Amino acid sequence: MWSWFHKWGSPKWFYGMAGRCLPWVAVATLLCWGIGLGWGLLVAPMDFRQGNSFRIIYVHVPVAVVSLAGYYLMAIAAAIHLVWRMKLADMALKSAALIGAALTFLALVTGAIWGKPTWGTWWVWDARITSMLVLFLIYMGIVLLYEALADRPEQASRVCAILALVGTVNIPIIYKSVDWWYSLHQPATIRFTGAPSMDPSMFYPLLWCIVACYLMYGTLMMLYVRGEILRREIRTQWLQDIVRGMR
Amino acid sequence: MHPLRKQRLWVVVFIVAFSSLAVALVMMALRENINLFYPPEKVLAGEAPVGKMIRIGGMVREGSVIREAGSLRVRFDVTDFKGTVPVVYEGILPDLFGEGQGVVTQGKLVDGVFEASEVLAKHDENYMPPELIDAMGPDHPGPKKKAP
Repeated sequence: MWSWFHKWGSPKWFYGMAGRCLPWVAVATLLCWGIGLGWGLLVAPMDFRQGNSFRIIYVHVPVAVVSLAGYYLMAIAAAIHLVWRMKLADMALKSAALIGAALTFLALVTGAIWGKPTWGTWWVWDARITSMLVLFLIYMGIVLLYEALADRPEQASRVCAILALVGTVNIPIIYKSVDWWYSLHQPATIRFTGAPSMDPSMFYPLLWCIVACYLMYGTLMMLYVRGEILRREIRTQWLQDIVRGMR
Repeated sequence: MHPLRKQRLWVVVFIVAFSSLAVALVMMALRENINLFYPPEKVLAGEAPVGKMIRIGGMVREGSVIREAGSLRVRFDVTDFKGTVPVVYEGILPDLFGEGQGVVTQGKLVDGVFEASEVLAKHDENYMPPELIDAMGPDHPGPKKKAP
């Protein structure tokens, strides 16, 4: 187990592994998005109440789900970095913050676009939307802290890791917000227990889109972490060898 | 495990535990304010402020929507099946507004009548193609009706 752990901590090993996986994961991402969006937008029937406007669910729900799951990944990276001072965990934390911010922003924007025709408003301060906005601010806070402390990278990574850990409490709040309080959002459609309250002809394309979004997250993470490795480790011998080999 | 790392691990655990505790306490204190709306039951019980801007939410009672001819004025009842509040509103209603559908409305409670300034539609978590609804008959409310 420890050798596995040490392997994951090695930028050199990750750089090579991610480089080999990237094309496959990227192609799988495109394929799943193609299937999911093609099926969801063109083939799936429209909703009996919302008509065609419900179809934004095929973007809104996947990006929202992955923005939450990505936070857990980021918080775990933060904990690993704080305890073991692992360089790769710090790079993952920084990359996850930026990608998570982008996904959360997309979730908020698609939510506003969906809200206008169905609820009748772009924005309302209900518990789910407000806690998602807080998530966006935490992600952006980490991104900006890294930039602000760019000349003191050791300090930046530690401060950001602590902020990431503190923000973890927000994730279960977002998830349970529609059950704990009266909100404009409806309760969850997809549940861990029991069947989804969505017709299978609409649900299967949604599943494809969610898988596609996870794969997209993996692709982006590998790209960004590789970029961070290149930026920080460029003086190491093994990277110099690779760079020379490319010429 | 190295003692220094063990110590750091405890710090991590404490950060997560204490920040969660702090947020939980804040939310306990603010739990009434986090709710977006009052259900009619609480309005009737006198828990909602009178004459102040509030939101109420529930179902539009079947057969209660009355549109005034020649204007945009509309009256309807909002119910949570434990209480009912009459609402008056003048303005454009969202497309999903309808009898038996969820609604959240903002306004003031004046003499037992809710004078709304904004009406939002609330939809449920069920998604179904229209053909299936037709096959189930016009009175079918949706795929699955949760027990109240």
